[in-house]
Amino acid sequence: MSLPFDKELDVKGAKCPLPVIKARQAVDQLAVGQVLRVLATDPGSVSDFQGWAKVAKNIELVGQETETVNGQSVYVHYVKRTQ
Amino acid sequence: MEVTVAEKKDERTEVVGFAGLHERIADLNERVQQLETRLTQIEKELPEDRVSIVVFSGDLDKVLPAFIIGTGAAAMGMKVSLFFTFWGLSALKKRRDLSGKGFLEKMFALMTPTGTEGLGVSKMNFFGIGARLLRTMMKRKEVASLEELAQMARDMGVRIIACQMSMDVLGVQKDELWDDVEVGGVAAFLADATKSKVTLFI
Repeated sequence: MSLPFDKELDVKGAKCPLPVIKARQAVDQLAVGQVLRVLATDPGSVSDFQGWAKVAKNIELVGQETETVNGQSVYVHYVKRTQ
Repeated sequence: MEVTVAEKKDERTEVVGFAGLHERIADLNERVQQLETRLTQIEKELPEDRVSIVVFSGDLDKVLPAFIIGTGAAAMGMKVSLFFTFWGLSALKKRRDLSGKGFLEKMFALMTPTGTEGLGVSKMNFFGIGARLLRTMMKRKEVASLEELAQMARDMGVRIIACQMSMDVLGVQKDELWDDVEVGGVAAFLADATKSKVTLFI
């Protein structure tokens, strides 16, 4: 399953708090309504992105999924800029 | 009994009259204004989406979480204030300047780290070997270094305040610290802390 997105950010290998920081910087480059797809390998990023969406007023977490690429779990987050 | 009923009736008819209406409107206007002032007062007292952290420690393993939480919160759209005091001041140093310092101040300056690179770990430091090992382990696991996090914090507009009183006691000069550091006292911290939803002492 894959959701539509406008931009992709690869933060595979990056550890807390980098996935959220990089994603935030990338979201700032989006236009309102656009969606960023984030690829991370940090398992903590799943709850981190949920927490970010809960606190931030300018984003919405449209979806999350886990893919397995070459035997490695990749956590995919879809972040929409709402403001 | 009948008399009171009649009086009430009279009151009602009076309200419908122009003069009565004007009075009611003026009265309502005043009440709305009172409520609005009260609302702005309450809004002023509400906490913002802010995190305030006192960074008292000068250990690598403690300054690190301060910057992780700080950068994380900033990325989440929160405002962040880091208040560096006592041992924590060492982390903010860009250089060591012994000129103008008294004997004890010089000793302190020589025995405390200059900048984030010099910080030791709070346990098993073994004269800096422990800190180096931790940095190697972090690098291997691709965790951002303290220097990277500190730079990100500054780029994201995290407010970094150095405690004036500790600076005075330890003889730390403003020009020994990063250029963008603000200097403040307890009131500067408390002003932010009372507006914060999260306050930590590290």
